[in-house]
Amino acid sequence: MENILGFFLLHREAIFIVILSIFLGIEVISHVPAILHTPLMSGANAIHGVVIIGAIIVMGHADTTGSMILGFLAVVLGTLNVVGGFVVTDRMLEMFKKKK
Amino acid sequence: MDQLSQIHTGISILEISYVIASVLFILGLKMLSHPLTARRGNALAAFGMGLAIIATILFHQKDGKPIGNIGLILAAIGIGVIIGWIIAKRVKMTAMPQLVSFFNGMGGAAAALISMMEFPHVSPELIAKSGMANGHVLAILLGLMIGTVSWAGSMIAFGKLDGWIGDMRIKAMRYVNLTILAILIGFIVFIMTRHVQASSELTPFIYVMFVISIIYGVLFVMPIGGADMPVVISLLNSFTGVAAAMGGFLYNNQAMLTGGILVGSAGTILTILMCRAMNRSLLNVIVGVFGGGGQENVAVAGSIKEISISDAAVLLSYSKKVVIVPGYGLAVAQAQHICHELDKLLEEKGVEVKYAIHPVAGRMPGHMNVLLAEADVPYEQLIESEEINPDLPNTDVLVVIGANDVVNPAAEDDPSSPIYGMPIIKARDARNIIVMKRGMGKGYAAIENMLFFNDKTRMLFGDAKSTLQNLVNEVKSL
Repeated sequence: MENILGFFLLHREAIFIVILSIFLGIEVISHVPAILHTPLMSGANAIHGVVIIGAIIVMGHADTTGSMILGFLAVVLGTLNVVGGFVVTDRMLEMFKKKK
Repeated sequence: MDQLSQIHTGISILEISYVIASVLFILGLKMLSHPLTARRGNALAAFGMGLAIIATILFHQKDGKPIGNIGLILAAIGIGVIIGWIIAKRVKMTAMPQLVSFFNGMGGAAAALISMMEFPHVSPELIAKSGMANGHVLAILLGLMIGTVSWAGSMIAFGKLDGWIGDMRIKAMRYVNLTILAILIGFIVFIMTRHVQASSELTPFIYVMFVISIIYGVLFVMPIGGADMPVVISLLNSFTGVAAAMGGFLYNNQAMLTGGILVGSAGTILTILMCRAMNRSLLNVIVGVFGGGGQENVAVAGSIKEISISDAAVLLSYSKKVVIVPGYGLAVAQAQHICHELDKLLEEKGVEVKYAIHPVAGRMPGHMNVLLAEADVPYEQLIESEEINPDLPNTDVLVVIGANDVVNPAAEDDPSSPIYGMPIIKARDARNIIVMKRGMGKGYAAIENMLFFNDKTRMLFGDAKSTLQNLVNEVKSL
């Protein structure tokens, strides 16, 4: 019990952010028309590419060759996620715009 | 002193950038859910991401040390940008769903790699104080597990949509999956209850966990097939979001935390919305072995009747109202442009042409809208299935191009059918039905379609693109 309370106290800021973000995510998305499901999924896909920040931090403090290689790989993959995600989403949305 | 104040300035700028990035992610996502602002929303989120990345490289500090290996980091980013850009620009719009799945997998893999590298470096003081059962270790383990499952699952989804991995439909699979999931959770409990001096003593377990997570990811997606694929991608998308958020927890990084959780919760809601569009529950999608089976033995009443190109051209040209139901077959044949040509031609002859878009036409919700928009079909001509259904009895000709499951009356008639209850386009209500199809193959859900045997139905076999081309030529010569 004490462990759980201590855990909460230690991470209360993060727990706050998590809870508020969950509600925010639900609020932001509901009422989206079906036509936008695919671009929205793709856009959200690009946003979780934010994991690249973690990859940069790991890579930035890597000291062994092994962690250097893995870190390098993580940054490449994270970048793929970010760039690919945003570019694909833009390509989809560009087509919607042309209609007029 | 001077150096100290510099450090503080840097960290302040970093934190401010993260706040701005988080706000831009939220705004971007909000704008993405409205047609008019969607593109700007995407650009805004991308800008926020760029800001967060640059600020991290410039100002991030760990125990007072700035980011090192900057040359290599920039090289890695450069490689990622070039490859990502080329793939994203080159791939055909029809392959969009598997592409989203692919990029999603990359994010999951990155999250898993971060966890694997961070695990041996959990601070010994933390372990001495609260043992392995602390939030730090939990975040690493969850990040590893969720990230890996998302990566492996996305790769399988990618392979399935691309057509080089088939479905594996064994009923016992769900028990196998539940067992593996229990083992994974067991691993987390096991690792967190060990009494060790340093976390690196437990590193081998991390690798075992990694392998089991891969197996779970593969087996999780293997049995899911048919029209459920987009739901799975959306679900895996939210998984990756959660995995990214675990990284945020690890580094006490608010941008990663907000971005990750935002995608996690928005992705989950999106997944549920998609399920609702198909009138199925999420649980049903995950554990229900979908597609195939069902009414194999149903006697086929009626017979297949073909129609010639010239008859079809006459029928279409002298109609008042035509509704086109496009499906994945149209997309695969890249026939959306020629299809639009046909509809323009018919409109010139005074025929009213509309497109009936099923929510899951194509391979993803909204996929067909994207494809037709690519061919310049005006937005006003695209009607959602619910709105067009009441109009179908007054429709002279309904043309099904490469669609199958979304017009299958079994969804209304046959409770034993795997697609029973899915809202469909009520094609059989139309006065005449022309079905363009490559052959008598079944649809993605692998079930027979009674519409093809209907008395009002005429079949036009052949590749959608060449058939439409012939039809256009024929209509022109009338």
